[in-house]
Amino acid sequence: MATAVPAVDPAAYFEWLQRVGDNALILGHRVSEWCGHSPVLEEDIALANTALDLIGQCQLWLGLAGEVEGKGRNADALAYLRDAAQFRNVLLVERPNGDFGNTLMRQFLFDAWHHALLGALKSSSDPRVAEIAAKADKEVAYHLERSADLVIALGDGTEESHARMQKALNGLWAYTGELFLGDAVDEAIAQAAIAPLPQTLHAAWEATVTSVLTEATLTIPGKVWQHGVSGAGGGKRGVHSEHLGYILAEMQFLQRAYPGGTW
Amino acid sequence: MDSAARPELAQVWHWLSQVPDPEIPVITLTDLGIIRDVAWEDDTLVVTVTPTYSGCPATTVINLDIEKALRDHGVTKLRLDRRLSPPWTTDWITAEAREKLRVYGIAPPVDGTAADGRLLGRAARLAGTSNLVIACPRCGSTQTEKVSQFGSTPCKASYRCADCLEPFDYFKCI
Repeated sequence: MATAVPAVDPAAYFEWLQRVGDNALILGHRVSEWCGHSPVLEEDIALANTALDLIGQCQLWLGLAGEVEGKGRNADALAYLRDAAQFRNVLLVERPNGDFGNTLMRQFLFDAWHHALLGALKSSSDPRVAEIAAKADKEVAYHLERSADLVIALGDGTEESHARMQKALNGLWAYTGELFLGDAVDEAIAQAAIAPLPQTLHAAWEATVTSVLTEATLTIPGKVWQHGVSGAGGGKRGVHSEHLGYILAEMQFLQRAYPGGTW
Repeated sequence: MDSAARPELAQVWHWLSQVPDPEIPVITLTDLGIIRDVAWEDDTLVVTVTPTYSGCPATTVINLDIEKALRDHGVTKLRLDRRLSPPWTTDWITAEAREKLRVYGIAPPVDGTAADGRLLGRAARLAGTSNLVIACPRCGSTQTEKVSQFGSTPCKASYRCADCLEPFDYFKCI
């Protein structure tokens, strides 16, 4: 199949693909930490399957990133052999799991954004991006349906579950702004019609989030200081919280201790 | 293998139709619709496969099973290509396979009920207008309820029958 590759600075393209791939990878890893620890078996399985989808999607994105970089690195090399400062995921996905409600709230805030992003990427100028997005979007629609259902069930649940969901929302809200932060890389990618500018996804995200949180009887926090948006920090720029280091220590241990190890 | 000994493509398709899915052995790879193309490139047999879910761990096993089956039938030069587009859909599962699933105890997909991310599913369920009626594969009752969106594999959801009280898997529509 002939592939028309859009004219774009390869360095910017590689950077952007790492952002998309790393979001899926780090959230997938975080969610996988629940395996064997969920409140009930069905939720354990559901979380593990969500993690599996995300890690599968990350393989596709990072595989393409390696191809665009052209230095012979595949998805595994990028996942296991980069250090924290080379990761480009947003801070939201590296937030600790907290309780089950906090995990589901983080998932919902992410899924609502992820679904909007993938929907837009289906008409990317790069067919390789469009086909990964078309595949991933069908899976993410299920993630969003599930996380929205559970946010509503727990928010509009008992006094205890409601209080926990409100606390989770208040704590995570300050990490949602980075999802819509645009920089020079995003400008270059938008110019090449590979992806829309991040800020253009905000309206769709806000509509989903507002309707679900309202049904969940939760109070949407007002304007708060947003991590990774002001100043020079932020995961998109490779300036992470201390949590990412611990994730990588666990995720990368085997390849670091036994380079090239397979089974 | 010289080109004179290249098996007919129909023969190759038949061989592939005998390879069971590693997770749900009651159906085969062609039943699932994941074999997208079979072709000869000179003396190399190229089999194009599409994954069901991005992260499905069975994908690797499926590729090994295809390779083994074809080598057992004497195909020596073989290449497996991955094709993502168009993405796999449960619509490609054959009618025969749906019945095999049901007999095996897995409710087959109900077409046109895939999640669309617009959260219409929930709204429709609340309004009682959802078209997602999943019949119990054991007793046929439509009095069933979803236990979890994700079941024993990514492609299935967990359901429970309110009549015969059996839990069962639903092969969800995607």
